[in-house]
Amino acid sequence: MTHTLTVLVENTPGVLARVAGLFSRRGFNIDSLAVGRSEDPGISRMTIVVEGDDQILEQVTKQLHKLVDVIKISDVTRDDFVDRELVMIKVNTESSTRGEIMQLVDIFRARIVDVGPKTLTIEVTGYESKINAFENSLRPFGIIEMVRTGKVAMLRGFRSTTLNNNHKKEDTNSG
Amino acid sequence: MEITVAEALVHCLEQENVELIFGYPGGAILPVYDVLYNSTIKHVLVRHEQGAVHAADGYARATGKVGVCIATSGPGATNLVTGIANAYMDSIPIVVITGQVPVSQIGTDAFQEVDITGITIPVTKHNYLIKDPKQLPQVIKKAFHIASTGRPGPVLIDLPKDVAQAKVKFTYPRNVQLPGYKPTYKGHPAMVSQASKLIMDSKRPVIYAGGGVKISNAAAELRNLAETISAPVTHTLMGLGCFPGDHPLFLGMLGLHGTRYANLAVTECDCLIAVGARFDDRVVANLQGFAPNAKVIHIDIDPAEIGKNIRPFLPIVGDVKLVLESILKVIKKRKNSEWVAMVQEWKRKYPLSYSNEGTLKPQLVIEKICEAAGSSAIIVTDVGQHQMWAAQYYKFDEPHSFITSGGLGTMGFGLPAAIGAQMGAPGRPVILITGDGSIQMTLQELATAVEQKLPLKIFVINNRQLGMVRQLQEFYCEKRHIAVDFHFDLDFAALGKVYGMAGYIIETPEQLVDQLPEIMLAEGPVMVNCLVSGEENVLPMVLAGSNINEAID
Ligand SMILES: Cc1ncc(C[n+]2csc(CCOP(=O)(O)OP(=O)(O)O)c2C)c(N)n1
Repeated sequence: MTHTLTVLVENTPGVLARVAGLFSRRGFNIDSLAVGRSEDPGISRMTIVVEGDDQILEQVTKQLHKLVDVIKISDVTRDDFVDRELVMIKVNTESSTRGEIMQLVDIFRARIVDVGPKTLTIEVTGYESKINAFENSLRPFGIIEMVRTGKVAMLRGFRSTTLNNNHKKEDTNSG
Repeated sequence: MEITVAEALVHCLEQENVELIFGYPGGAILPVYDVLYNSTIKHVLVRHEQGAVHAADGYARATGKVGVCIATSGPGATNLVTGIANAYMDSIPIVVITGQVPVSQIGTDAFQEVDITGITIPVTKHNYLIKDPKQLPQVIKKAFHIASTGRPGPVLIDLPKDVAQAKVKFTYPRNVQLPGYKPTYKGHPAMVSQASKLIMDSKRPVIYAGGGVKISNAAAELRNLAETISAPVTHTLMGLGCFPGDHPLFLGMLGLHGTRYANLAVTECDCLIAVGARFDDRVVANLQGFAPNAKVIHIDIDPAEIGKNIRPFLPIVGDVKLVLESILKVIKKRKNSEWVAMVQEWKRKYPLSYSNEGTLKPQLVIEKICEAAGSSAIIVTDVGQHQMWAAQYYKFDEPHSFITSGGLGTMGFGLPAAIGAQMGAPGRPVILITGDGSIQMTLQELATAVEQKLPLKIFVINNRQLGMVRQLQEFYCEKRHIAVDFHFDLDFAALGKVYGMAGYIIETPEQLVDQLPEIMLAEGPVMVNCLVSGEENVLPMVLAGSNINEAID
């Protein structure tokens, strides 16, 4: 099963190496890891997507907790949350296919961010299945390059994974 | 007033009541040594950085205090890595300080630059690279706090040379702020009461006690629990010493080279109380066959140990001493007479044994050392057969009396650890039981021992081979012995004399009995070359894939 963890860490130079190293060292499978500053400049928020059963997840969480720089871990998998990933795809474009590609861009509510003589660079955000579907529909044209940010996630409604919030106990107003 | 960061560092160490530092100097750490020149802290110059870190480790194990070692950048730092990993695996509190190239040169492959914080992430509890001079006091405070609290472990501080020379206003912080570090000490009351009930309901309880009991100073509570509920006690290698070796409820070590009766008791028990132990593969052997009839209560301060190897029936996260105290408040005396009688019967039927025929047997050497040493002695070992025999045949009765490399199994640990232990506990006899292989890994520290006038008693259990590996080849490689025999017969007694120690050679049981009293009473350091039989195996032995109750002997 895939789990989505939101991890608050102290914003120290080695913290990414510590977290990433822990996953490889302990043999945990990491699907994606996205990291950036949180609402508090001293704290970064990581969204980590991990593959594993509940027992593995328990170990992942406990081992992460042992890192001194890790402040809080929330497994939001079973909660109501939104997640997004940003992807850029550079696709081969001939004058004969340009129209068709632009139609796909419309359908998937993607955006063209760069136009070259023989390429289009497209940005798309969304949840995983949408992105996968978009990628598949572009494949026949020839994908030259693709880059993904990894998933970021946030709880819906009032609930949050901030320091003083225990998201499990909070009421929700999900929409 | 402003002082240099190096001065601030030494002030911090003084504030932490550091009395001894083991170290080896070099260019990048020069500013710190320059300050040590005027400090009350004693610096012990070792002969190799590995010696410094093992000595700090041995000091910590003997005293319960934080051990400190120091080295220069690059090769100085990398020479520490084995010792840091060793302390990490055995949860020993040490603070390691390394010099680093100046901040402006970091990342340029400068002379003697290595990324020691990067290298040691997997083997430290935490580490720091200090780039901002103002950080130093906070970092030192945090380092000592992290190393010595919760589940202890090594913390490394990497100090660039220019930072050490920078000037700062110095105040030593009183408190540490570590939002991500909050060990749990008190056991959850609901868990404690459930555990107590489970214990009272059990008919065949066994206590399986590890190094956590030592770390938490809970030997008295352990004994109290065992005697209250009449539960036999078995130890991991790291736990030995916490329960008296001559107590009727003592089962000795369990696991791969455990006693047959300990392994039987664990297999037959209906309630296994694991206290400060981690179900290591050397203990458990085959997961499925381990304590198959038992409800397991797992008490440990490290939540990540719970459920890592086996899933307990009842987990209690907390400090062993506090948890045992709270359990003791609830439970009542009980006899379990049938169970205790059964275990006593196994003890009678399946004692540890060896044949004393022929040449001098290593097991006999250990037994006689034990008889001659007295209960205040600290026994330090290296790694191999001699280590297992010491664990099996030595009767410890004091928690801080056995110092051995458990988790990492580091050959070469013994001599420097004995130096650290002796310096930490000058009033106690320190006896090193080592192998002819192991001692040659850190032999250079003999000079340190003699220089520091340490009255170490060193017994080389000399089988002229890497005995433990020879044993493995016997069992797993059909006796195809390769790379285990030493064809150069080193005269350890003569070697000791070169270093200014008294040297003895013991070849027969008679010599052993005759000479031991004199050796033990010697005021100075002694090197004893015990020429033992090269054919002995450590038994019982649980072969790969077997359950612990299926050992061969
Ligand atoms: C640094 C290191 N290298 C290799 C080993 C593997 N090893 C384990 S026991 C052993 C033999 C130890 O020989 P010795 O010290 O003579 O002790 P004996 O087993 O003969 O009592 C070896 C090579 C180890 N534990 N540590």
